Amino acid sequence: MIHTDMVCPFCGCLCDDIVVETEGNAVVRVDNACTLGTHKLMNASMDRLKGPIMRDGAGWRDATYDEAIEYAAGVLLDADRPLLYGWSSTQGEAQGLGVSMAELLGGVIDSTTSVCHGPSILAIQEVGHPGCTLGQVKNRADLIVYWGCNPTEAHPRHMSRYTTYADGFFLQNSFRERKLIVVDIRKTETASIADEFVQITPGGDYAVFSALRAIVRGRGDVVPPTVAGVTKEQLERIAEMCKSAKFGAFFFGVGLTMAPGRYKNVRNAIELVDELNRYTKWTLTPLRGHYNVYGSNEVFTWMTGYPYAVDFSRQIAFYNPGETTAVDILARKECDACLIVASDPGAHFPRKCLEHLTSIPTVLIDPARTVTTPLCRCQIPTAVTGIDASGTAYRMDGVPIHVKTFLDLGYPTDTEVIGRIFEKVQEVRHP
Amino acid sequence: MSELLVKNAYVIDPINRIDGEVMDIAVRDGRIVEDVGPKATVIDAEGCLTLPGGVDSHTHVCGTKVNFGRYMSPEDMRAGREARRGVKHATSGYSVPTTYANSYRYAVMGYTTLLEGAMAPLEARHTHEEFSATPLQDMMANTLFDGNWGVMNAIRDGDQDRVAEIVGWTLSAVKGFGIKLTNPGGTEAWGFGKNLTCINDEVPNFGVTPIEIIQAMIRACETLRLPHSVHLHCNNLGNPGNYACTLGTFNQIPDLNEKRQTLYATHVQFHSYGGSDWKTFCSKAEPVAYTVNNRPQIVIDMGQVMFGKTTTMTADGPMEFNLYRLHHDKWSNHDVELETGSGIIPVFYRRKNLVNSIMWAIGLELALLVKNPWQCMLTTDNPNGAPFVKYPEIIALLMSKKYRDAEFATVHPDTGSKVVLPALDRELDWNEIAVMTRAGQAKALGITGIGKGHLGLGAEADIAIYPIRVGEVDPAQEYGKVIDAFSRTKYTIKRGRPVTRDGEILVHGENTTIWVDPKMGPGHDIGHDAEFVKMFDRYYSVRMSNYPVQDEYLKRSLRMETEAVF
Ligand code: SF4
Repeated sequence: MIHTDMVCPFCGCLCDDIVVETEGNAVVRVDNACTLGTHKLMNASMDRLKGPIMRDGAGWRDATYDEAIEYAAGVLLDADRPLLYGWSSTQGEAQGLGVSMAELLGGVIDSTTSVCHGPSILAIQEVGHPGCTLGQVKNRADLIVYWGCNPTEAHPRHMSRYTTYADGFFLQNSFRERKLIVVDIRKTETASIADEFVQITPGGDYAVFSALRAIVRGRGDVVPPTVAGVTKEQLERIAEMCKSAKFGAFFFGVGLTMAPGRYKNVRNAIELVDELNRYTKWTLTPLRGHYNVYGSNEVFTWMTGYPYAVDFSRQIAFYNPGETTAVDILARKECDACLIVASDPGAHFPRKCLEHLTSIPTVLIDPARTVTTPLCRCQIPTAVTGIDASGTAYRMDGVPIHVKTFLDLGYPTDTEVIGRIFEKVQEVRHP
Repeated sequence: MSELLVKNAYVIDPINRIDGEVMDIAVRDGRIVEDVGPKATVIDAEGCLTLPGGVDSHTHVCGTKVNFGRYMSPEDMRAGREARRGVKHATSGYSVPTTYANSYRYAVMGYTTLLEGAMAPLEARHTHEEFSATPLQDMMANTLFDGNWGVMNAIRDGDQDRVAEIVGWTLSAVKGFGIKLTNPGGTEAWGFGKNLTCINDEVPNFGVTPIEIIQAMIRACETLRLPHSVHLHCNNLGNPGNYACTLGTFNQIPDLNEKRQTLYATHVQFHSYGGSDWKTFCSKAEPVAYTVNNRPQIVIDMGQVMFGKTTTMTADGPMEFNLYRLHHDKWSNHDVELETGSGIIPVFYRRKNLVNSIMWAIGLELALLVKNPWQCMLTTDNPNGAPFVKYPEIIALLMSKKYRDAEFATVHPDTGSKVVLPALDRELDWNEIAVMTRAGQAKALGITGIGKGHLGLGAEADIAIYPIRVGEVDPAQEYGKVIDAFSRTKYTIKRGRPVTRDGEILVHGENTTIWVDPKMGPGHDIGHDAEFVKMFDRYYSVRMSNYPVQDEYLKRSLRMETEAVF
């Protein structure tokens, strides 16, 4: 069977033109997706856990869904300070249930944002965000900047769908008519096709933004001959390119948010874009990694007022990144139970945090064994949104897309499993 | 079968011409009926003021830009934090509260139906998702067409049918309610950092003018037989001297519908400015109100400004950038491909600021100078002029000259020479307030037929009982009591079920989303038109098949079907 216009549930590009061919429950062909997406979609039914597993001494034993759900509800109810973490690779409906459950439990809910674009959000909370949808970039932008990111590898179709290679209404031959600036600490694949590659010394982002802002404002006289390894000459050339563009689109990744300076870097980037808007049109977009990490920010925000790291222990929604973020709570050994949904902290968190995870009852909801599995006491496999579950996801630019299914492998969805855990919690903690 | 009897209600129901009659209201299964059996639940209204549930015909409570207003404003969230309690979720926020906070606060004030004023079609799913987390009100969404490429091309080509076809298709696809035009053409110009000054400027690259867009959309609205008229945010918002643009627009609105207005002009306060710069800035509420008084085809809402902190948000992206350059706090912008855009900035309206004081006066002047209350709705363009929780104060200001004078004494001393407010003696009565806060809004939206805004037989049993006895209070003198009463109902009843009592939330409800589905008949299905499909293919960043909002996003849905007449 051929399924057209499917949505790829891998990265924040959320490409919605995927063609998947299935024979029974096997995927035999995937068209239009990049290698990352193709790999995820082709291996849709592989590597999945058959059913829930629970720790049994040093090993594992199979469990029923009823038993695993009962266990998960039990540990959450027992906990004084439960942490509900992850949420970036699941559907919005599950995220919403997670928030309600955290609220009723008096727990903390956080998403992977806190280890990727958390700093971008802090910057946005200080100075705002001049943004747009990706189609706006595709149709109008004649200058693209990628800063601290390498879309060729992390968002492989970003350039063909939305920027460098994407023809748009105002650009008939985008590759010729568009200029590309790449700023990074090393020459990436993306940098190799740039019109201007700006190589800065690690940690130099903030200084380079400040220099560019000064030049754009007409105060180039204060800029020294080189800034973080970049010559003043190049900075001036770039500032001029930015000012004379008809529409400039600025994208940045964790290379900027996680570099020294963190959220201050992003703040400086946003203020540069503000400044440029006094001359011409500029927008800025964080390149979000997981396909629905932005959705977790959206759902958390309309329900609680805050995009991530929300602490309900005082019954109100409380937010203070650095205090209520998952890494900090784990590092302080503060939480006494953890539910991890659709993410892999085992692969990303500091060791100290992982050690704490293994010392408390940690339950993982994830379709496959991951690096996080060995840290847990119970794992409940679920359907994958975009493969055998449908639901809502938010693209990196905030466009919500209904993610569809093309297989039925009989797994419950995240929404179903979390809904059942929540029901058990409600039986005990009824409002 | 559930039955409820509200006894001893002092009812004002303008649509049914009831103006202060003590009566019982019987409710069965969510609708108002002749009578109920002896087993019905009884609520004793004790002679208190009882009105149809409030209707807000222009507010911003759900959707991409509202949520971005929250996202960028943790400082706003710290205000308005309340703990989870009973069925009530924890809440945060003051000017852009969470969905739950919006819903609870509106319910406590007796509001049961809300129209989200601006939904970008491409992002409609988001608005519907938030609607489903807004438990205590029925919801509708006006759909933005101000910079719609398909529409502008059709207008340029002189193809009026095509305009209607695109609007009809889009409303059905995104489950929208009515047509919203925000700074028509201006937001498209903002795509390249420009703006339009008024209705005769040409939209760059599209060869049409705002007035052509407005008039074509008005005709399309009537072709599609939409319940609501075109809902217009005029060009040139917020600039000194813009009243001329507003009048120029109003003077070119035909009278095309016997049942309702042809044009709903929104937040007219922001469009009634005289002067040529901020120094000569003054009120031009008089000529604007005069024009409205002479044109029954136009209904306006006030867009009242109230002093204090709030967040402004509008699809008028260029205007927000200009405002940002004045305020220098923070600025968000979000342009939506082929359709529209938006901007958000926080503001603080100050009594000590002359411009802000004049703005405050203009909204009140409009409401007092427009003779017919059915032509002027009470709004703040929440949260642009002020958060909706300020409505009770606005009601009191309109009912009491004494209160207005007391407030006027606290604003910038030069305000008197720039406005006419102190000279206006009119004090609105209870019936006029009922019109401006529910009956008139329901009529303007075209939803009285589905039982909104009145308490007649068969109407939705959306009822607000306010703790005030009309005969015992003189609103002109005791305005404090008016504010208190409108701030917190004794009971708010939604679809026959008490949802709040003395400010306490009683149930976790489920709203109905009201949307319009125009049937266009053979030969008018633009969804299969090659040019239209090509536009999607080439220029949108989502596939056409992934664009419509699926039924599952509307938990309870009320589809208003219309038959287009081409
Ligand atoms: S770019 Fe991202 S969303 Fe698109 S196909 Fe590749 S992994 Fe999937």
